Amino acid sequence: MSTTDRPVATRPSAVVPEIEVDPGAFRHLADAQMNVELDTGDMVLNLGPQHPATHGTLRLVVRLDGERVLAADPVIGYMHRGYEKLTEYRPYPQIITLINRIDWLSSFANEVPFVHAAERLMGIEAPPRAVYIRTILTELSRIATFILFLGEMGLQVGAMTPAFFGFRDREHVLNVIEGATGGRFHPNFNRVGGLKDDLPWGWIAECRRTMDIVFKSCDDFEDLLMGNEIFEARTRSIGIIPADVGTSYGVSGSNIRASGVDWDLRRDGDAYLAYRDVDFKVWTHPDGDSYARYWVRLQETRESARMVLQLLDAIPAGPIMAKVPRVIKVPEGECWVETENPLGQMGYYLVSKGSTGPFRTKIRSASFSNVSILPWLLQGVYIPDIITILASLYFILGDIDR
Amino acid sequence: MTHLLAVDIGWGWTLAIKTVVVLGLIPLGALILGYTFLLKMMSHMQSRLGPMDPGGFHGWFQLVGDGMKFLQKEDIMPEQADRRVFALAPAVVVISTFLIFVVIPTGPRLVVKDLDVGVFYALAVSSLSIIGVLMAGWASANKFALLGALRAAAQLIAYELPLLLAVVGVVVQAGTMNLNGIVTAQQNGAIFGWDGLGNPYILTQFVGFALFLVAAQAELTQTPFDMPVAESELVSGYMVEYTGFRFLFFFIGEFGTAFAFAALAATLVLGGWALPGVHGGTADLLGPLVLFVKLMAVAFLIFWVRFTYPRLREDQLQAMAWKYLIPIALANILVTGLFKVWL
Amino acid sequence: MTAVGPSAGDGGKKKSARRLPGQGLVEGLGVTLRTMFEGAVTVQYPHEKEEPPTRARGVIALKEENCTVCMLCARSCPDWCIYIEGHKEARPPRRAGGRERSVSVLDRFDIDFALCMYCGICVEVCPFDALFWSPEFEYSEGSIAKLLHDKRKLGDWMEVVPESEPLEVGAEIKAK
Repeated sequence: MSTTDRPVATRPSAVVPEIEVDPGAFRHLADAQMNVELDTGDMVLNLGPQHPATHGTLRLVVRLDGERVLAADPVIGYMHRGYEKLTEYRPYPQIITLINRIDWLSSFANEVPFVHAAERLMGIEAPPRAVYIRTILTELSRIATFILFLGEMGLQVGAMTPAFFGFRDREHVLNVIEGATGGRFHPNFNRVGGLKDDLPWGWIAECRRTMDIVFKSCDDFEDLLMGNEIFEARTRSIGIIPADVGTSYGVSGSNIRASGVDWDLRRDGDAYLAYRDVDFKVWTHPDGDSYARYWVRLQETRESARMVLQLLDAIPAGPIMAKVPRVIKVPEGECWVETENPLGQMGYYLVSKGSTGPFRTKIRSASFSNVSILPWLLQGVYIPDIITILASLYFILGDIDR
Repeated sequence: MTHLLAVDIGWGWTLAIKTVVVLGLIPLGALILGYTFLLKMMSHMQSRLGPMDPGGFHGWFQLVGDGMKFLQKEDIMPEQADRRVFALAPAVVVISTFLIFVVIPTGPRLVVKDLDVGVFYALAVSSLSIIGVLMAGWASANKFALLGALRAAAQLIAYELPLLLAVVGVVVQAGTMNLNGIVTAQQNGAIFGWDGLGNPYILTQFVGFALFLVAAQAELTQTPFDMPVAESELVSGYMVEYTGFRFLFFFIGEFGTAFAFAALAATLVLGGWALPGVHGGTADLLGPLVLFVKLMAVAFLIFWVRFTYPRLREDQLQAMAWKYLIPIALANILVTGLFKVWL
Repeated sequence: MTAVGPSAGDGGKKKSARRLPGQGLVEGLGVTLRTMFEGAVTVQYPHEKEEPPTRARGVIALKEENCTVCMLCARSCPDWCIYIEGHKEARPPRRAGGRERSVSVLDRFDIDFALCMYCGICVEVCPFDALFWSPEFEYSEGSIAKLLHDKRKLGDWMEVVPESEPLEVGAEIKAK
């Protein structure tokens, strides 16, 4: 994706930016090749930076032959906020606030790997109650993210109502998160060594009620959208990511599980949070197309809700904060912590020189790698399929640009 | 009342009155459909209420207010636009809507022009709007608009044929292309000798009706066939550069045409203005009301589908039209013809 | 419409069942029609209001008498939206014959809510319990400059600060 330095065409019909096209990539493109021979001239279309399908400011430079995409090139960085650099100038408590904003749909899940990295370097461990609450909130933010996806995917393929259902049902989950953390979107609830606060009275019962809504919501999406023949026609065999291509591009999370790769860091990675105590299934789908990605996320939403119910039953009593000094100083060292976030694998490489803030942080965010497969994936599809594929990959701009 | 309608007031006045009525009917119909379905039904289907404040009662004034807002907005024209074509396009779309209303009967005598080729005429002028859409897309000097317009043009071929063929069954059964004739044929018809209800053609032409609805959905660029506008892909297709009252024209055109097509479908298969056993002057009085009720029922179907389904892809629409809709429509005509000949 | 309970292991509700052509289309219509009669979930905002949770971070209130102008909050704010000015004042000794005391007096305590990220670090870091969260959220302004709340306005927010709530079962009472 080394496109940012390319001169951008001002009169798109006159200047065609050089886009490297791998000739072997025209796998199912015999007729488009023919049109190229007739030399009808290609049209360069700028999808974005402001376009409803790009969830923010992703720009896709698409070279078109009629409705057919010859080449597509994502241009990123319109929303770069420099979080890696910012972390070098902030103490740890402030960084937790900032990294909330990387993937703003599942903020709580963002905080966890960073806090883990700091805790590991300091050699402390959060008390079990805090670990359980962290796990519950991570799964809740996964549910919130996926429910929005389940609805928004409908909007991107043209159905308006599922999007409203998505927002409607996510609201219940957000209310639960807000009830515990005080923030709907940006909880800022993790602290190095534990949590800011314990749960308020009545929260567990409220959370159970919400899980019922989540199950019902999943049923609604299955009836309204996933079972719909038009939806199937729009998504089946669109944007197929073969398992080997996906892994070599670094695609992770539900996207790679939809390609049949049985890999989930909650189960396969280093033990983190309380996932070893929970009985859950990792869903995979053999097809690797947009439909499979939708299917996997729908199942994972239900699976997460089941996990939350299990965790709520098993939540231990006790403190929620380990003994930590008032001013947090992380001893010298470096470590890598990766977690299974809603969008995929998220990791922090933390280098500390013993001060109140990190010396250097490398943030591995899932969407960046998930989007990097776009030039490969978008060749030869139609314009509407671009939108389907973008929607089914489900990226968050903040997670790409950081 | 009958005499009042029969009074000869000279063709000039008649024409003026008819023009004013039809001109008033288009925005009124657009408002009614827009409010009832777009604002209210869609909102309730999405677990919300829609506008509640404007006008006091359930926000009924919202669309009127929106219309006024559009009138006050700046009229922006892109620099590269083909100015004359750009300005003309919305008018072409609305004129096409206007022309459909000319032949739709709302009573035995309440029709602007009782054409003998009414069905043919209505479907012919309805496809005029595609010219407006093409003009808009081309003149906007915008790639999204151009793509939308070309999609609309490609769509025309795919749905216009099933639309016509779907209606042929009704025409064969009624033995006339005159819309009033079709209504009378339904009113005076009988179901296996029982004429209590007349014979609304939906009983015999349900296949034709379904095809007509599918094709009308495409004609109206409503989901699942809204590829020419496609908010999530082409951002609004051919309308993307339009603002202010020109955009309002497109809006009125869209919903006015929906109104006209619902009325057309109600006339063709639901018996139009007719109530069983109501004839003459009373039918003239009750006709508009009866037609309105039937029309709203058809519009409910159209919009219900619109708010539920995702959008098909352009090539999928073509495949659907040529592989399924047209063969089914032809078979429908064949069967209708056989019944007509042998029964 | 049976909801899948926590024990259902197959995930897909009816994936295994053979489906009729067009069944999905009809089911979709059913969902929207059912929703239409289920009633709205929205709240008609200016007329009726939702009660935010007690913990909701709505607005920061200042208890001026507790503030000692220590500047901890201003220093820990990630985007520096707290402005504090103060001076020392001499006060008469508490006991007769004692030493003269010097007291910090707060001259200015402004929070720019246009900049604030609502992270709550300032409230947490305050060692003297001078800052509190309130779930009150209705203080939007026509002009962005008016979002700078001075210490009088921040003090007024103390009225809407809720009582601290009980914690969930199993929680350990924090030793302050």
